[in-house]
Amino acid sequence: MAVVFEKPKALTDAVLHYCPGCTHGIIHRLVAEAIDELGIQGKTVGIAPVGCSVMAYDYFDIDMVQAAHGRAPAVATGVKRANPENIVFTYQGDGDLAAIGTAETVHSAARGENITIIFVNNAIYGMTGGQMAPTTLPGQVTQTSPYGRDTASVGFPLKVCELLSNVDGATYLERVAVNNVKNVKAAKKAIKKAFEYQVEGKGFSLIEVVSTCPTNWGMTPQNALNWLEENMIPYYPLGVYKDKYAQEG
Amino acid sequence: MSEKVLMKGNEALAEAAIMAGCRHYLGYPITPQTEIAAYMAKRMPKIGGTFLQAESEVSAINMVIGVASAGKRAMTSSSSPGISLKGEGLSYLAGCDLPAFVVNVQRGGPGLGGIQPSQSDYFQAVKGTSHGDYHMLVLAPASVQEMVSMTFKGFDLADKYRMTVMLLADGTMGQMMEPVSLDMGEVTEYEKPWAVTGTKGERAHNIVNSLFLKPEELEVKNFERYEKYRYIEENEVMYEEYMMDDADICIVAFGIAARISKNAIDMARAKGIKVGMLRPITLWPFPKKEMRAIADRVQSFISVELNMGQMIEDIKLATECTKPVYLCNRTGGMIMTPEEVLAKIEEASKGGNN
Amino acid sequence: MTKNMLIAGFGGQGILFCGKFLAYEGLLEDKSVSWLPSYGPEMRGGTANCSVIISDIPVGSPIVSNPDILMVMNMPSLDKYEDATVSGGQIFVDSALIDRKVNRTDVEAYYIPATKLANDEGLSGLANMIMIGYVIKKSGIIPFENIDRALQKVVPASKQHLLDSNRKALELGYNFSE
Repeated sequence: MAVVFEKPKALTDAVLHYCPGCTHGIIHRLVAEAIDELGIQGKTVGIAPVGCSVMAYDYFDIDMVQAAHGRAPAVATGVKRANPENIVFTYQGDGDLAAIGTAETVHSAARGENITIIFVNNAIYGMTGGQMAPTTLPGQVTQTSPYGRDTASVGFPLKVCELLSNVDGATYLERVAVNNVKNVKAAKKAIKKAFEYQVEGKGFSLIEVVSTCPTNWGMTPQNALNWLEENMIPYYPLGVYKDKYAQEG
Repeated sequence: MSEKVLMKGNEALAEAAIMAGCRHYLGYPITPQTEIAAYMAKRMPKIGGTFLQAESEVSAINMVIGVASAGKRAMTSSSSPGISLKGEGLSYLAGCDLPAFVVNVQRGGPGLGGIQPSQSDYFQAVKGTSHGDYHMLVLAPASVQEMVSMTFKGFDLADKYRMTVMLLADGTMGQMMEPVSLDMGEVTEYEKPWAVTGTKGERAHNIVNSLFLKPEELEVKNFERYEKYRYIEENEVMYEEYMMDDADICIVAFGIAARISKNAIDMARAKGIKVGMLRPITLWPFPKKEMRAIADRVQSFISVELNMGQMIEDIKLATECTKPVYLCNRTGGMIMTPEEVLAKIEEASKGGNN
Repeated sequence: MTKNMLIAGFGGQGILFCGKFLAYEGLLEDKSVSWLPSYGPEMRGGTANCSVIISDIPVGSPIVSNPDILMVMNMPSLDKYEDATVSGGQIFVDSALIDRKVNRTDVEAYYIPATKLANDEGLSGLANMIMIGYVIKKSGIIPFENIDRALQKVVPASKQHLLDSNRKALELGYNFSE
């Protein structure tokens, strides 16, 4: 009987701990599929963040390092510089990448490190129970913005792809979402391209994946996907923000 | 033996690191250790190594974590305020059982402090650089030659025990020039089957990790790590004795303070005062047993240190407070003269109040 | 025998370099030596000094607070270190830059207009080495015969054309007579 669907080889058999409706599972799968399709499982090293995906090291069946909060790009830099033949990626959330790890993110891009960053933006701190993130939308209610994010007091969200598009060292930046089949397919394409670029030695790429957190948003998974569509995407428009090799691609 | 050359401590240790097989230096500029980075920036590209000036001390130590995770010898260096920033990474290095070599060319503190020589990071190095139950092996060179030999040995100890070795120097050790031989012998290579180099489809995936959410697992990890520490305490203590055979007074000092104390001891001996010195070369593990034994045959100890009196606590613990321990100290970047140490020796020899 | 020497002046006068030259020659003579500079912001145009110790026995502290030989190339340095010099010690003064005499009567004071000599002889920037030549003559801290080998060690490979002028400066100082 022909196999029409199976678990990617780059994922272990461990049962994911993520909440029902959480999109981390989809994104893990997309990363694993890209690794499988490029045949790089044996030489890929992943860096797990601090946040909900802290235990990604148990889910990817590749060599993994668990980094301190925000430091994944620095750790990835070390791994890649030590063994440039390895394919190195980080998997980071919004607090990790765009708050405590902003410097590491910007400077790994500025150096043009030949690494791939998977940036999961769900506009909230999930693991600690729903606090305001650097990407929390204006007016959005969280545990630490109980009256809605007040931009006059706490400022505005960081738009990471827009920010990095001004960094000369960055090669490829794309924002995708995983709220429907069409977007998931586009996300897969972007993630795979980012890994391909690294294999080809083209330099720094970051794929921002706009995603949901039904638990801390206080919504059903379906409502969360709808909310993403109606609120997140207008603020964080999808698309390619930079691609140095766009002509060839 | 190779010809001796005149080198600055900072540059000599950088060359020793290269001779020890280090090809990855990740750092950030800060006085008084910047010569290390400058030397590495010049040398590394010529030998196929990596010199990277990170955006912060925090990032530099995390790059070290990356290189070490990948199984290569990695090093960073800084001075006191920068080491505080590296604290986070030092704890993760311990939690992940990764080898690393870290240099602290100390300056006066707290805060931004000053840039003159100091030993006020003693507590930080031997007690608590960062959070959690862990130790670093701490080496305290007292000459440019030891800056070299301790660096070479430091890389070996780091790999051997899979832990951070900190070279605790000070501004004078880093800035001074002395004749030095760079003849270091062979580098011992250690197998690193735990390193993340890609599975190549030939083994289960390696995970470098310090997260253990189950307390019973984390406790076992810590117990195991402390077993290793106990072994190191039994086997890796290094110290030098100077004129201790007939000494009534024992000076305890490391680094530049030991150099100054040697002058003072010679001056005191000329006056007929029987004083000697135990110079710890490893600050952790501290030469506790040796000090306890000495306590049975001397009248008193003098702790000579460039801080407000930090090592003196370890001397009192090691000697179980059986003998008076005097303190001769300067701080903030000031350095005591041999005469000041001599005055303290004379006070101790008269049995004055400590 | 142990000689503790302190060299002091302004940053840019080659204070550290000439100290390094002495230390290197000491090393080549198989002596124990140390060289310790002042460091920090004062290097940038402010005062600079270095401690040089050349000894028959292992060097203890590398810090010279009471020099046997003091060499000064600006007034603040003479003001600062004159009293610290040991009784019976030697003080060398660049009299082109310092217009007062040494007050101490228990030390030997030597005056040489090194900066003027340097300018007159087309050795601009080498007053430091002229001073050192004179120091060697009057103190015997190192033998003069072997200056070439130490010069080769301290003059960078890219600046070997400066060997001759450095030697000339040393000779000028060595042969100076008041």
